[in-house]
Amino acid sequence: MSFLHRHGWLTPYLLLAPGIAFLVLFFVVPLYYLGYTSLQEGTVQVGYTFTWAWDNYSEAFSTYQEQFIRSLQYAGIATVLALLISYPLTYWIAFRGGRWKNLLLLFIIAPFFVTYLIRTLAWQNILADDGFLVGVMQALGLVSDDGRLLATSTAVIAGITYNFLPFMALPLYVALEQIDPRLIEAAKDLYSSSTKAFLRVTLPLSAPGLIAGTLLTFIPAAGDFINAELLGTPNQAMIGNVIQSKFLEITDYGQAAALSVILMAVILLMIAIYTRILGTERMTG
Amino acid sequence: MTTAAEPLPRNRGSVATRTWAFVRHHTLTFFGILALAYLMLPIVVVIVFSFNDPAGRYNYTWEGFTLDHWTTPFGPPFLGDAVMTSIQVALVATIVATILGTLVAMALVRYHFRGRGATNFLIFVPLTAPEIVLGASLLTLFLNLGTALGFWTIVLAHIMFCISFVVVTVRARLVGFDRHVEEAAADLGANEWVTFLRITLPLIAPGILAGALLAFSLSIDDFVITSFNSGTTTTFPLYVWSAAQRGVPAEVNVIGTMIFGVAIVLMLANVLWQYRREPKGAE
Repeated sequence: MSFLHRHGWLTPYLLLAPGIAFLVLFFVVPLYYLGYTSLQEGTVQVGYTFTWAWDNYSEAFSTYQEQFIRSLQYAGIATVLALLISYPLTYWIAFRGGRWKNLLLLFIIAPFFVTYLIRTLAWQNILADDGFLVGVMQALGLVSDDGRLLATSTAVIAGITYNFLPFMALPLYVALEQIDPRLIEAAKDLYSSSTKAFLRVTLPLSAPGLIAGTLLTFIPAAGDFINAELLGTPNQAMIGNVIQSKFLEITDYGQAAALSVILMAVILLMIAIYTRILGTERMTG
Repeated sequence: MTTAAEPLPRNRGSVATRTWAFVRHHTLTFFGILALAYLMLPIVVVIVFSFNDPAGRYNYTWEGFTLDHWTTPFGPPFLGDAVMTSIQVALVATIVATILGTLVAMALVRYHFRGRGATNFLIFVPLTAPEIVLGASLLTLFLNLGTALGFWTIVLAHIMFCISFVVVTVRARLVGFDRHVEEAAADLGANEWVTFLRITLPLIAPGILAGALLAFSLSIDDFVITSFNSGTTTTFPLYVWSAAQRGVPAEVNVIGTMIFGVAIVLMLANVLWQYRREPKGAE
């Protein structure tokens, strides 16, 4: 300890060292290897060699453009839907929840306690052709008599929305909960309409939660392949499905890595823009 | 409901606007309840179908009530092993990630040092990077180094993605920490080590526990990253994935329900504990 007293500036680095070293070894270094692999060519039989194979990128991009665009579309729609559901829900809990706030909040995180795959399989069950939901919707004329919900893009988007909704709701709740209701009251006392009070006071004050939630929902959604696999068909394949099968089934490592790098690059770009606007500290806690 | 959170009825508006306010107030409540029902729906399905007695391999339609799957939850071959592997991975990953993450959180909250921004960024990026990229990049590391995939590569992967979550959780707890208590201990002659063990650790223990629970539940639930780094080792989610191709046995619903039950009991205990500390639900 006397050593630490004399070199006090060292203490934070000693505390950081093991955790940061671990993240460098198993997060940063793997990203380097991902880039390295993305420029390799070869097969399982002959092995893989590094050849600056930029073709991997151009081929990956031209062949799987459709899946890329679909991933961004599905993730975008799911993010908007999650926002439309989460905002009124968390607003209700934050301002009307009273002493039940914590309990109501538990309902929002509850889906996380059911294994991801199992809750997605439950949606398979709910949306099944002979399930009650299809029956009800057919009776209401929302689905044609031979129509189905499972194996459609609607099902995939619905699954993504459900699975990532807590990522939207939690930061939103944190932001809304911090708003002093007296501010909204004050706006109304100053003859602002409810709508105007919402637009001028509540919405801007909840913006950090809204932006963090959007980011935390969109990013995992764009890389997801479970919903497309379990609730869709190859026609709904997202870029995650392509990466997954190329790595684990076809062993086309070069292109699979190239696709991952492209996905990561798009997302890093988004994080950079968001953190520029908000600052990292506010977003991580 | 407390009256404090409720906007008072506004008297200066006309009858029409007051009616509108009333309707809107209840619309929100109605919507909130509907949204919660939507969130609960798949959970109810999972629980209900753990009592189903499916006719064939597919547990899709309700065939009849049975307790059979609850009496032999590990009946299907390999299912018990998979659950055991998941628990072992989660235990090791949780312990390591909690220790490493807590140390990082302490450094970030208590010290100002060069490289703080970079450290924050390094903690933040794995939280937002898509899992598929984390899994794929780790796989390329292991492929290029010729590492055999299995139990330990899964553990390494899980520690990696749990650290950031632990840091964020513990840090939130540390921010409100009153350092005067530590100074008091030091003034009373406790050395740094004793102060840490007797004062600091007990005070931040709830935060560490919350971080550890989060890490454990993330680890036991993880499919994407694990699928890239598992080799032939099978965890519970991997078992479910391969079972999904040929019909998921109802025992999977039983285990899913058990995991859900344990998590809910822990969370409820936490919520109740908070209510006891703040009897009026005050902030």
